[in-house]
Amino acid sequence: MAFAHKHFISTKVLSREDIDLILTTAQSFKEINQRDIKKVPTLRGKSIINLFYENSTRTRTSFELAGKRMSADTINITSASSSVTKGETLEDTAKNIEAMDADIIVMRHPASGAPDYLAKRLSRCAVINAGDGAHEHPSQAMLDLMTIKEHKGTLEGLTVAIIGDIARSRVARSDLYALRTMGATVRLAGPATMLPPGLDKLGAEVYTDINAAIKDADVIIMLRIQLEREGGSKLLPTKREYAQFFALNPGNLKLAKPDAIIMHPGPLNRGVEISSYVADGKQSVILEQVENGVAVRMALLYLLAGGNDA
Amino acid sequence: MKTIIKNGRVIDPAQNIDAILDVVISAGCIESIAAQVQPAADDQVIDATGLLITPGLVDIHVHLRDPGYEYKEDIVSGTRAAAAGGFTSVACMPNTNPSNDNKAITRYMIQKAELEGYANVFPICSITKGQQGDSLVEMGDLKLAGCVGFSDDGLNVEDGAMLRHAMEYAQGFDMPIIAHSEDESIKDGGVMNEGPLSTELGLTGNPWVSEAASVARDIMLAELTGARLHICHISSKRTVELVREAKQRGVRVTCEVTPHHFTLTEEAVRGYEVNAKVGPPLRTAADVAAMKEGLRDGTIDAIATDHAPHHIDDKNMEFVYAAFGMIGLETALPLSLRLVDEGVLSLNEVIACLSCKPANVLRIPRGTLIAGAVADIALINLEHTWEVTRQSIRSRSFNTPFEQQSMKGKAVMTLRAGRVVHKEI
Repeated sequence: MAFAHKHFISTKVLSREDIDLILTTAQSFKEINQRDIKKVPTLRGKSIINLFYENSTRTRTSFELAGKRMSADTINITSASSSVTKGETLEDTAKNIEAMDADIIVMRHPASGAPDYLAKRLSRCAVINAGDGAHEHPSQAMLDLMTIKEHKGTLEGLTVAIIGDIARSRVARSDLYALRTMGATVRLAGPATMLPPGLDKLGAEVYTDINAAIKDADVIIMLRIQLEREGGSKLLPTKREYAQFFALNPGNLKLAKPDAIIMHPGPLNRGVEISSYVADGKQSVILEQVENGVAVRMALLYLLAGGNDA
Repeated sequence: MKTIIKNGRVIDPAQNIDAILDVVISAGCIESIAAQVQPAADDQVIDATGLLITPGLVDIHVHLRDPGYEYKEDIVSGTRAAAAGGFTSVACMPNTNPSNDNKAITRYMIQKAELEGYANVFPICSITKGQQGDSLVEMGDLKLAGCVGFSDDGLNVEDGAMLRHAMEYAQGFDMPIIAHSEDESIKDGGVMNEGPLSTELGLTGNPWVSEAASVARDIMLAELTGARLHICHISSKRTVELVREAKQRGVRVTCEVTPHHFTLTEEAVRGYEVNAKVGPPLRTAADVAAMKEGLRDGTIDAIATDHAPHHIDDKNMEFVYAAFGMIGLETALPLSLRLVDEGVLSLNEVIACLSCKPANVLRIPRGTLIAGAVADIALINLEHTWEVTRQSIRSRSFNTPFEQQSMKGKAVMTLRAGRVVHKEI
């Protein structure tokens, strides 16, 4: 079965079949990562460029490992500065990469819409969005869904609570669309300063009381509070108060279903949005998310780099 | 020798004329408007059968980018675009480089337009030196130089005392303050209208209240000082209500709307369309409806383009980094004529909003065909359909969300002081 998209930029455009295909493919690749020799020749001769305009350890490493385990040639380009300050436009940078006959550009960029912009201008290269501004982080959504499905067997009918800075979370948006497409109920919760308008129109239930959001949930996804970003102090009084009202801890976790799983896209602010007792507790699947991340990215690279022909 | 424009439908809202008549031009001025004028042997005759004959259109809000940003537009290319759009007079904003805060630049603009341009340029000078918001320009001297109003357009005057004193001082010279009313602190870096779409696109929203709150302040300062206040490019429903209520109370306030704000909604931004990135932002269908209602009931005095040319290098980039603004001089007339088809305004009212009414706002001695007036005239073909393409647009820049769209209605001839400056018949 062929993947229906040339690029992978948003989960909003994915159908149930698209998501099933990604998850099934990822599941089949997961076994490779558990071998002693973690390498298959599937993408031999393919060139993958990780173009990162924002700091990232987890996502970049995950994509790089995914490419290498599929025998693709992977190159990392990291730039602390965006195209505006760098002096070369994003289009020029990307077209130069394309001129070197790269097959896939995996891009993280602080500007919402940057991968969409590239996809409209490149003719041969596929574009994978590794996170763009506050827009989307679709590969994170796929690894989240894979992890949930492994534990719950299905996504249909589940209640998933996503808690934190929804306004600036690309993970929340990508998770929301993908989970809704797969038949889950999505609750978004956080302080009112971090809940942007129109979330209900995008298919979410919206809460400012996280206990209400947690109640009877099957899955709880905690988001990193990014207090280091500019403007943070206008949105929140203190980390202390955030921890008091919006953190997941052993107390409020009891409101969820007894078999609820706890997720977090990382990196964790221990003691702020999540208590260490919860993050390291038996309901936490945070490291499984990271493990599945490599498999999901192997699947995405495979599906976009010619897996269609195989 | 005279020029006689014959057999056109003369619409001159300032005189309440709407009839098939001839216009006689002598020595660059309107001599008379009459039926069945018999031309003398040496008279030049322009046949306007099937065309409207209107006052040359007046746009009180354009950016000509000259001096300083001539790679985007200059006074010649910008006034060429104006003439092609039927405009014979434009008031240009001071955010040039250096900014127009002094007599030398004001005179340069006027003279370049007179010597090389295709339309009259009426400069608007900045309120504060260098648009820095901290000290007044020489308003009296600038008025003598030909300035028609003061604005820090593009920037709000954040300091309330500064704006208050600017209004007081300008009022002493009987000059208007032209406000770009957006509270920067509420705008908070917003790049599009705040709402479900900004949430979906992950872009910082600029809520309607950034404009309305600032307009409320500006109206009250005008009330306090008695100054004439003109509010630029209003975009939100609440703003229309504020202006309507202020006018009812007798505050000396006028306002304008751009064709894009009564034509497009924020949906034009979807897909991160940089040419739909404009300040203030395109808003919702309810806001668009409010703009039309404001035009209909006269709350909104004028249609003005906020023609804001940008080079492709300033636009072709990630949405958040792209420059704000779109060109408008050549699409304003057909977009405004859609209001007639939609039953919002009569044809006469549309022409008024594009000629005598904006001229009155800035007291520019144009916008009418009354005997003795300068013969600035547009001949308009209401049925002429054309497509917005790089080739069909005279502006040096082509930052328009209307690219490849079909437009109906065109100025097919434009005369400035009796001389043909644009012709496509």
